[in-house]
Amino acid sequence: MDSAPRPRFAILSRILHWLMAVMILAMLFIGVSMVASLADYSRLVAIHRPLGMAVLVLAIIRLINRRLTKLPPFPPTMSGTERRIASWSERLLYALMIALPLVGWGMLSAGHYPIVMFGSFHLPPILPPHPMLYAFLRHAHTVLAWLLFAVILAHVGAVLFHTLIVRDRLLDRMALWPARKTKR
Amino acid sequence: MFPTIDRSLSPPALIFRLVLILVLLGGAAGLFLYQAGWFTPQKLTPAGMINTFEQLNGVHSGFRRNHAKGVCFRGYFESNGQGARYSKAALFPAGRVPVIGRFSLGGGQPYAADSPGAVRALAVLFQLPNGEEWRMAMIDLPVFPVQNVGQFRELLLASAPDPETGKVDPEKMKSFVAAHPASAKALPLIQARAVSSGFADATYFGLSAFYFVDGQGRRTPVRWAMIPEQPFRPNETSDPEKTDKNYLFDALIAAVRQGPQRWRLQVTLGEPGDPTGDATIPWPDSRQKVDVGVLVVEAIESEEVSPARDINFDPTLIPSGVALSDDPLLSARAAAYSQSFTRREGEPKEPSAVSTAETGR
Repeated sequence: MDSAPRPRFAILSRILHWLMAVMILAMLFIGVSMVASLADYSRLVAIHRPLGMAVLVLAIIRLINRRLTKLPPFPPTMSGTERRIASWSERLLYALMIALPLVGWGMLSAGHYPIVMFGSFHLPPILPPHPMLYAFLRHAHTVLAWLLFAVILAHVGAVLFHTLIVRDRLLDRMALWPARKTKR
Repeated sequence: MFPTIDRSLSPPALIFRLVLILVLLGGAAGLFLYQAGWFTPQKLTPAGMINTFEQLNGVHSGFRRNHAKGVCFRGYFESNGQGARYSKAALFPAGRVPVIGRFSLGGGQPYAADSPGAVRALAVLFQLPNGEEWRMAMIDLPVFPVQNVGQFRELLLASAPDPETGKVDPEKMKSFVAAHPASAKALPLIQARAVSSGFADATYFGLSAFYFVDGQGRRTPVRWAMIPEQPFRPNETSDPEKTDKNYLFDALIAAVRQGPQRWRLQVTLGEPGDPTGDATIPWPDSRQKVDVGVLVVEAIESEEVSPARDINFDPTLIPSGVALSDDPLLSARAAAYSQSFTRREGEPKEPSAVSTAETGR
């Protein structure tokens, strides 16, 4: 292939992608650790709440940005089926990025918990207190988190497969680093 | 549907790269499962702790796994302004804030008969004027019998009646005490306490240390207790045959019907060197004590009609101006209470043993 610069995602899209990748992975690991830990629960939950709200805000910004910017075309190495899977998994990732913090917020509301961010700053409830609704949302929060982790693994696996095995420079489209112009 | 493999890769290079991908994905998944506790089943988790309560008491649908038997209340807290010298918490400027709360007995049996030896507990939710909340969960023991939740589980198992004989095995308690010197010192203090005649004249202790944080960021280690204004009357060990199974709760309901019941919130100021991370050790009696206000219980409500039934009285839910200490019981209680709360909120509710209607309102 030639060494002409390839189309990439817009710089804001790339920054949001990697920033949120770090935040969401941290959230998933914090979440799964804290519910299994007696010793670290308080410390971790105090990070989990505000970080989750930050993910929600960034996910909404990212969704708007996604609709306003032009996307680079799929590489020719991706078949029609693979493109459809990629598009649907992207929709699923966006849905989960927004749903998980909302379910968390709703679950604390239904559980009559104070929704503390930091210091005396706290958020209002978005649902009335309701025992069964709380229990449902609490379980949904776990199921959706495991689903998000699985979809992220599939996403990373697909990109690694393209980058290391198909060697079509798929990762360059999202790279924050300058694309190398070396020959393949 | 699979994209074509780059033909310039040699077979060993291809295999190496495939293995690399699998190792990366498998490693991430393995780390996630490890954090979730899948490979450390012997480690005590919040779920494991609540399972212990369920093993010892059975599962009582909709009830707290500990402090299962209780009754709720409404009232207010009247702050006298003294606390504001040590903490910027919105509770402390002089004035009145609404509270809800719950009186309960220790143990996971929601229909157990009241008994003089049962641990009495007071849980309070303060609704602060700036929208914050402060939740406390206190019991009528001057110190806690154990230092951490692992020891608490051992104590529960050692003091549980044998399922076959129905009796507590004194040998189990002896070996527990022998293995835990902190408990060996704390248990005599607990046994020596003056047990009150009921809920209304009991003193309730916060047990764990916290920090008060003032507007300048100055931190003061504190412990607190609710001291009754009702005159103390010693417990009269009466014949269990003659006492009604809800006699402690019925007396509380009757007392509040006579008039509001009041407790002074008394804060003990710690000094450098006072242990903050061990709820089994009392602070010296000489420590300065400050009354910061009065809790007034105005009305008792059955669990069925009170919002306090569906409150998790997690003592780590504190406002700005209060900070957690290094006491490991705090995080452990938050984690275990959350587990108990999630289980009971998802279950159908059974009627509570204590009802305000029962005593004839």
